[in-house]
Amino acid sequence: MEIRNFIVENFLFGDDSQPLPDDLSLIENDLVDSTGILELVSFVEERFGVKVEDADLVPANLDSIGRIVDFIGRKQAA
Amino acid sequence: MCGIAGYFGKSVAPTEAATLLARMAGALYYRGPDDSGIHIERDTGLAHRRLAIVGLSDGQQPMASAEGSLVISYNGEIFNYVELRAALIAKGRQFRTHSDTEVILHLYDEMGPDCLSELNGDFAFALWDTKRQRMLLARDRMGVRPLFYTERAGTLFFASEIKALLTVPGIEAELDPIALDQIFTLWTPITPRTAFRNISELPPGHLMLIEDGRRTVRPWWRLQFPENGEEAQRPDAAEELRALLDDATRIRLRADVRVGSYLSGGLDSSLISALAARAAPDRLRTFSVTFDTEEHDESRWQAMMAETLGTEHSAAPCRAGDIARLFPDVVRHMERPVLRTAPAPLHMLSGLVHHSGLKVVLTGEGADELFAGYDIFREARLRRFCGRQPGSKIRPQLFRRLYPYLPGLKRQSPEYLAKFFRASADEIGDPLFSHRPRFRSTAAAKLFFSAELKAELADYDAAADLASQVPPEFSRWHPLHQAQYLETAFLLPGYILSAQGDRVMMANSIEGRFPFLDPRIVEFASHLPPDVKLRGLKEKHILKTVAKGLVPDTIIERPKQPYRAPDSQAFAGAPTAYLDEVLSRGALAKGGLFNPAAVEKLKSKVLHQESSSFRDDAAFVGILSTQLWQATFPAQTNDKRNTDGADGHGRRHQDGNTQFHSRELPVRG
Repeated sequence: MEIRNFIVENFLFGDDSQPLPDDLSLIENDLVDSTGILELVSFVEERFGVKVEDADLVPANLDSIGRIVDFIGRKQAA
Repeated sequence: MCGIAGYFGKSVAPTEAATLLARMAGALYYRGPDDSGIHIERDTGLAHRRLAIVGLSDGQQPMASAEGSLVISYNGEIFNYVELRAALIAKGRQFRTHSDTEVILHLYDEMGPDCLSELNGDFAFALWDTKRQRMLLARDRMGVRPLFYTERAGTLFFASEIKALLTVPGIEAELDPIALDQIFTLWTPITPRTAFRNISELPPGHLMLIEDGRRTVRPWWRLQFPENGEEAQRPDAAEELRALLDDATRIRLRADVRVGSYLSGGLDSSLISALAARAAPDRLRTFSVTFDTEEHDESRWQAMMAETLGTEHSAAPCRAGDIARLFPDVVRHMERPVLRTAPAPLHMLSGLVHHSGLKVVLTGEGADELFAGYDIFREARLRRFCGRQPGSKIRPQLFRRLYPYLPGLKRQSPEYLAKFFRASADEIGDPLFSHRPRFRSTAAAKLFFSAELKAELADYDAAADLASQVPPEFSRWHPLHQAQYLETAFLLPGYILSAQGDRVMMANSIEGRFPFLDPRIVEFASHLPPDVKLRGLKEKHILKTVAKGLVPDTIIERPKQPYRAPDSQAFAGAPTAYLDEVLSRGALAKGGLFNPAAVEKLKSKVLHQESSSFRDDAAFVGILSTQLWQATFPAQTNDKRNTDGADGHGRRHQDGNTQFHSRELPVRG
């Protein structure tokens, strides 16, 4: 939920009128740009205490709410 | 360079015609502070504000032909008027003045509207042909000089700027939502549409003829590229281009006043300044804008060029606060929302030229479009390169080299880079391939549109609208030429030459001249093979060859630095009073265009500089300029009958930091 809230607040500026399913691609739907990804990484690191390595910076880890949640779970379990 | 206005139709009462024309021209005072005039004849009214540059003593307008059957109100310069005049004299024509205006009258008398193709210049004019009872409006090929029109009660009204039209009783300012969508996607409205509902722009290279009760608008010139693979192979292309540039610059120094040159520190203006310094009769004066932010400032290169050329150089230092202070006035001059603050420093620069006592400057505009200088051309080539091998981990890394000044790209993986730039094989057939990432990224700002505006726009697609307007042969052009067409036919006139060109130059009574946009160079450049312009990922290859020996190698070889200015940064340091006013919840709700809650969050984010995202910056500047536009051009306009020669728009707005200029004076009829 926190991830979803961050995305709605930071990239949609509170506009939750459109559906935001867990598997929605953030890039292909123009929700984030290259700067936005870094904002997202910064949020994930600060809020969840995980370190996002450069090698982690791939769409497979971060391009949808579901992927971000899974990624954080994997990192925290490691 | 001047301002023109007028009407054609029966709805203007003869007793009101002079007052109306004076009021329309008065709104354009700054375009021509040297002189003014009007001409009234039955259903026709022409007005003129003059910035005297050629034929100082005998070039007054509107100008009639010797026998009085033709009358013209004309804005611009015909740079080949000397040759045209000589040819006309050889045919037995007699001239009463030394102006280029009279050359147009004679040439039209000889050739009719076909005379336009003989003109090498930047112009917009209205010509009344009494014998044929025909009104001709025409605009130059590239759209350097503006011309707007609208109709009321069966009468056509036209002017160099929309604010002159708004002085006509019954013509009201109302934002066109489609135009706003286009600006928030493409950066520019698609002509003939303007930001004002029911007010049109005569597109570049077009003419309007009104005769026999019919009005027709048609192109008299089109930008064309050769079929892919049929580009002209020219072994001596660099020498030919050098000769053309020499001549294009030489004839643009023609004036009865001193001509200066802008010097940005980049290749294009350096080359033009170098050619001008050789051809100018006096020591060349050069002008630059400097910034106190390292990422925007090019003063080191400007100083190097000025020293190399031995010019008398002046700089306008632009601080972030200057942009914020000037921005409302810049919006009033541009008459449209914009997504960048970049026009504001250029307003300062033309102010410096004005205060230096000059009226005319050369600039390097056009070279990036014609010789493939912009990053977007390299980006498109790289995206195709990546699209041909979608899984490559190596190819997308080249995007970082393309945009070394974008911090957001440095850490990105090849997978992300490929996704950001949409470098996939299935997009290659898109006619807007080159510009699609820019359009999509820009359009993200439409997130802030209000629910009502979104509902009104429904499924309107600005990019699809643009795609529907490219010529049929577009698909047979080389991909680079397709991209160049999109830049040159739309963005160049719609933004660069207007918002960053004519409007902020004329705001300070300065005429810009653009040697690269000489029709001979446009024709030459468009027919060159693509790799002569963009060689690999190296931009402007042929221009760099031409510049050798004229411009220091350091300037030629330095990485291209796009002209940019601080955007939201300009407002973050010391927010101006008007910012809170026009971006207040109340003002946003009243305007009805944007979602107030979302804008409040955006404003907080950018003013606290929590993000350096281009996207947030573009949205912020776009929303701010739209709100300023609404404040400047309110839907219920002022009492026009009491303005008496001043345009009456925007002058009542003031706050602690900004007072809209009020230099307009009543005109002499």
